[in-house]
Amino acid sequence: MNPISLLGELGRAILNMLAAFGRVALFALDAVSHIFRPPFYPREFGIALLNIGWLSLPVVGLTAIFTGGALALQIYAGGARFNAEAVVPQIVAIGMVRELGPVLVGLMIAARVTSSIAAEIATMKVTEQIDALVTLSTHPMKYLTVPRVLAALITVPALVAIGDIIGIAGGYTVATQNLGFNPAAYLKNTVDFLELRDIVSSLVKGAAFGVIAAIMGCYYGMTSGRGAQGVGRATKGSVEAAAVLILAANFVLTGVFFSL
Amino acid sequence: MIRMENVNKAFDDNHVLQGLNLEIPKGTSMVIIGGSGTGKSVALKCILGLIKPDSGMIYVDGKDATKGDRDAFLARFGMLFQGAALFDSLPVWQNVAFRLLRGSLKRPVEEAREIAIEKLRRVGLKSNVADRFPAELSGGMQKRVGLARAIAAEPEIIFFDEPTTGLDPIMSGVINDLIREIVTEMGATAMTITHDMSSVRAIADNVAMLHGGVIQWTGPVSQMDASGDPYVEQFISGSAEGPIEAVR
Repeated sequence: MNPISLLGELGRAILNMLAAFGRVALFALDAVSHIFRPPFYPREFGIALLNIGWLSLPVVGLTAIFTGGALALQIYAGGARFNAEAVVPQIVAIGMVRELGPVLVGLMIAARVTSSIAAEIATMKVTEQIDALVTLSTHPMKYLTVPRVLAALITVPALVAIGDIIGIAGGYTVATQNLGFNPAAYLKNTVDFLELRDIVSSLVKGAAFGVIAAIMGCYYGMTSGRGAQGVGRATKGSVEAAAVLILAANFVLTGVFFSL
Repeated sequence: MIRMENVNKAFDDNHVLQGLNLEIPKGTSMVIIGGSGTGKSVALKCILGLIKPDSGMIYVDGKDATKGDRDAFLARFGMLFQGAALFDSLPVWQNVAFRLLRGSLKRPVEEAREIAIEKLRRVGLKSNVADRFPAELSGGMQKRVGLARAIAAEPEIIFFDEPTTGLDPIMSGVINDLIREIVTEMGATAMTITHDMSSVRAIADNVAMLHGGVIQWTGPVSQMDASGDPYVEQFISGSAEGPIEAVR
């Protein structure tokens, strides 16, 4: 391939990527504009709260407890190299609340919720259910997207908070049962070390990741191609895009909260 | 009355509709026939606004279909989709009463349920189907539920997209008869898309043959067999020989 055509391919790829960003941004703006305009669908909102929030609790809880436990072991082993084993409570707390809690919950939500939303809406599109909604005077954005985005905005921060607590509990259990830490001292060090900014950043990240996960699921579902292959591509694309955007948003939000 | 004037629609370089002109008088049943991929569904979706034509005008009762209150416009329509397009997450009665449970036609839940059950009876389904989910029904039953949903809000205009596709001949006959009866008793304007000639004969007042993006022939169903149009004749006979290419 000659350099000119290589440059052409590169330019085309960049333009396609920018166009895709533009389409997603317009979709997200459209979704946000519908949040404030009636009609509202409380039943669909309730179902989305249940699916995104309540039914994600087991996977979030298990992810957090194992991560917290592993984190305690790693910090203890790493800290031992320079006689700093005592920092386990502080580093587990800060690691879970600032980074691992929100990121892992966000990625779990991308895997569980984004894929499910994309597959469901894409199947609805393929089977003409979206067209049926329109003919029944129901705006698909209001009926399908808004309830899911709102539910994710509310429930994912709550899931992150629960994940943070369970992760710290996992570290606490390992540290007190296996590493010989005093339970009361561990809790005191954890509570004393955490700042309000840590908790706020965790919840804001949770809200941002929840919105990203829901928007990407809805966008890929609504723009799905035809047939089973179209549904498969939409599902795969939604999870990939949500995961990458969540990690990118995490970087940006970490910069906003902690580099100033 | 529905009138399509010089409607064009292309998907990339595939020019599906190429100046389509069609008139459906009020209270009549028009059936559009034509091969697969000739744009029958596109024409129907253009009227409903599900697809935006590239050019041309569509009028419903003399008013531009793209202007005015969209909810009020759509409230005049009922539609039976090819695969029924029932909402999997809702029980049958809520599918049928979907329009009656929300929006401008909203009724109390009990009243909406009663109407749904009455419409289910109208299409030959028992009331015990009401609380089942679409996935628990056979293809024929799903089509009937789709039909019940299409007529639930007593629309003035009903569209049927391939109403008998995938059904056995007996069930096809049942659906055709139901459509004919319902359209007649409601006095509705109907537009049906089908490949099925038995449906054409059972449902149609008028027939339009769509090929090459335009209407090749249109006239009363009684004149269809003697139309003299080579496209219609080939379509009726199912012959591979004729102006319609067998390999498309």
